[in-house]
Amino acid sequence: MEAAKEQRNVARGIDIESMQRGPRVNLADETTCLEVKDFNLYYGSKQALHGINMKIPQNRVTAFIGPSGCGKSTLLRCFNRMNDLIDTVKMDGDLLLDGNEINAPSVNVADLRRQVGMVFQKPNPFPKSIYENVAYGLRLQGVNDRATLDNVVEKSLKGAALWDEVKDRLHESAMGMSGGQQQRLVIARAIAIEPEVLLLDEPASALDPLSTLKIEELIYELKEKYTIVIVTHNMQQAARVSDYTAFMYMGELIEFGATDELFTNPAKKQTEDYITGRYG
Amino acid sequence: MTKSTSIKTWFDSGKPWVWLNAGAVSISLVMVVGLLLLIAVRGLSHFWPADIKQISYQEPGQESITLIGEKVDHESVPAARLAISGVELPEGQDFAQRTLLKVGNRDYFGLDFRWINDPWIQDVTYPEGLLAVERREWGNFYGYLVNVKQQGEVVADGDNAWDAFQQRLERSNDLVSQIKSIEKGEIGKINHGIEELRLRERRLKLDNVAEGTLPYREIEEQEAVFEQRYAKLREQLDTLYGDLNRDQITIRMSNDKEVEIPLAKVVQAYKPNGMGITEKFGQYFHHVWEFVSGDPREANTEGGIFPAIFGTVMMVIIMAIMVTPFGVVAAVYLKEYAKQGPVIRLIRIAVNNLAGVPSIVYGVFGLGFFVYFVGGSIDELLFQAKLPSPTFGSPGLLWASLTLAILTVPVVIVATEEGLSRIPRAIREGSLALGATKAETLWRTVLPMAAPAMMTGLILAVARAAGEVAPLMMVGVVKLAPALPVDNIAPYLHLDRQFMHLGFHIYDVGFQSPNVEAARPLVYATAFLLVLIIIVLNMAAIGIRNRLRETYKATES
Repeated sequence: MEAAKEQRNVARGIDIESMQRGPRVNLADETTCLEVKDFNLYYGSKQALHGINMKIPQNRVTAFIGPSGCGKSTLLRCFNRMNDLIDTVKMDGDLLLDGNEINAPSVNVADLRRQVGMVFQKPNPFPKSIYENVAYGLRLQGVNDRATLDNVVEKSLKGAALWDEVKDRLHESAMGMSGGQQQRLVIARAIAIEPEVLLLDEPASALDPLSTLKIEELIYELKEKYTIVIVTHNMQQAARVSDYTAFMYMGELIEFGATDELFTNPAKKQTEDYITGRYG
Repeated sequence: MTKSTSIKTWFDSGKPWVWLNAGAVSISLVMVVGLLLLIAVRGLSHFWPADIKQISYQEPGQESITLIGEKVDHESVPAARLAISGVELPEGQDFAQRTLLKVGNRDYFGLDFRWINDPWIQDVTYPEGLLAVERREWGNFYGYLVNVKQQGEVVADGDNAWDAFQQRLERSNDLVSQIKSIEKGEIGKINHGIEELRLRERRLKLDNVAEGTLPYREIEEQEAVFEQRYAKLREQLDTLYGDLNRDQITIRMSNDKEVEIPLAKVVQAYKPNGMGITEKFGQYFHHVWEFVSGDPREANTEGGIFPAIFGTVMMVIIMAIMVTPFGVVAAVYLKEYAKQGPVIRLIRIAVNNLAGVPSIVYGVFGLGFFVYFVGGSIDELLFQAKLPSPTFGSPGLLWASLTLAILTVPVVIVATEEGLSRIPRAIREGSLALGATKAETLWRTVLPMAAPAMMTGLILAVARAAGEVAPLMMVGVVKLAPALPVDNIAPYLHLDRQFMHLGFHIYDVGFQSPNVEAARPLVYATAFLLVLIIIVLNMAAIGIRNRLRETYKATES
């Protein structure tokens, strides 16, 4: 049974042993960063998330996988209240960031989003210079001191592994960069304001394999400083970059656990079916 | 069989549509270019210093006379029409040619244009000595220069006369501009000062300050100072006028009568028959420049149209300054903040329909609401002392611009809304995700990216506003404005003043002028200039838009 599973994974190109770069992890030992308790979400009368319960650990990479429309992006967007933009959304249950309710009326959404940064599927740099893109979040906070900005821009671009490529054209438009560079710029922009959590919504799905690789390496480095939640369609990617994986299906959390565990020895039949390619 | 197949193939190939489209484009192009060419040729040829003909002309049964003038028009007339005016053509000839001659000298001949029938022309010559004199009143004068006089004494005649005339003309034109600058500048300032004092006095009376107290005495003192300054200027002016009236020229007309013209009345003179092509071009551009930069004379049929150009451009600029923020703010609210529903849909429909309301209706609204209601209220609140003579309570530049701003605001709103809806959602989310509020996102990212769309709206608004005439007649445009809306008296920009406008100028010159023949080329020239100004304004706006587009090129979505 074990061997057959291993073989199937190898057949799909997922070689867990060689891809896991960090030490083996255990959910019970982790500090919780984000906690979801009995969380339901409705678009109008249609329920999109059903009673989700999970604890996302600090300074780890957590991947959400599942077929299209399973609610993984919806859940992700709840963590920085991006769903506020949609009028018909209703929620109940708790979402806690470091033990504090995210949806509490006293929470300033702008402050929350500064703590919980987000990178989207398609690179969305602003039509400004590279420098101004990275400085955007700081300028919002009223930081206009040149030296501080220079410093943060350099640090963030280095953090996003982009500095060497763009240091000579910081004041050129960001629209002239390649897709992969743009996505790393967007990551630099997000980490410039030093969030606690970084939400990545299929960050590499619009990129070529080489750029994808760069982004994945970057994610691996970033988890030292940030808690990262990544939504991905690509199971190899989930296996490569994440410490923990949540499998969602039809708005429900089916299984959540250490990535190597989930990929090699899924507890649920549905998970196994999905990762072995029977649907999705 | 094969033929119908080949037609079908041709039809299916899509070629007929290409031809149809190309045809439609060419027709539009031909019409635009044709229109521009027509008004350009008709308008611009007016300034050419045409040769002056000397014609011996004999109507049947009358003595031969000499006519001097410029050929303006030429046409063929059916015999039947000529018969009515008593002209018999030889049997078998159905048409006759006739020529419109500008003979000038209106003060002596009564009419300065005359139709002559070509068959009765006996002889045409172009003597080099013929002179065209442009006068400040009564239009052109044609004839031979006889002599130049100073205080009635002949100082030059024969061959010397022309040079002496030119020299003295330069001097008199100099004096005229000196007089004008004193009258408009210095005396204008004094008048303004005296008016201010009168208002101050009236304000004191309105405040029930007892007469004969200190403030009144101050006013009297200052008035005395103004009076003194005025007396001094008056003296200066009298001397200048005396100098100006020193010289005269004598000119022999076509009927051999000699007439004396004071140099003060002469703008310029030239001898077109003796001119080479370069000189003629020089004279041509001189005329064009005069037209563009000068003030109108003689009920707008002579001189320049600078005040109208200035008024048009001023009005459009003020309109643009007012309509852009207003339209953008309205569009942002409609698109970004208002809850989308039936009410907003209704408002949007109403806005779109506003663009279809006839412009004269806006004129009536502007007069009733802006001029009488708003302007009247402003007068009562702020310009109490001037009442009953209105300040803002009468038609003026501000109200005209505002009326046009309402007329064009739907265009700006629609264009801006369109632009806002084209900003990718990803960009907004990107900004929000960095902790920006909605307002910050709008201000820092969305609005700059929508700027090209706003400019498109502005371009359309400017194009519409610059060509609009009907509403302006009610809210501020006049046939002849005594002063430009901008001058050297504080506050420098006088929004309450009435102004001249090229569109209305065309109407006025073309349809309200007593001298139709003299006015016709000016209508074309003014129309050409109006089109040119609209093109220039639009090009400027398009240039700005293209630069904005370059800066805010959005992600291809």
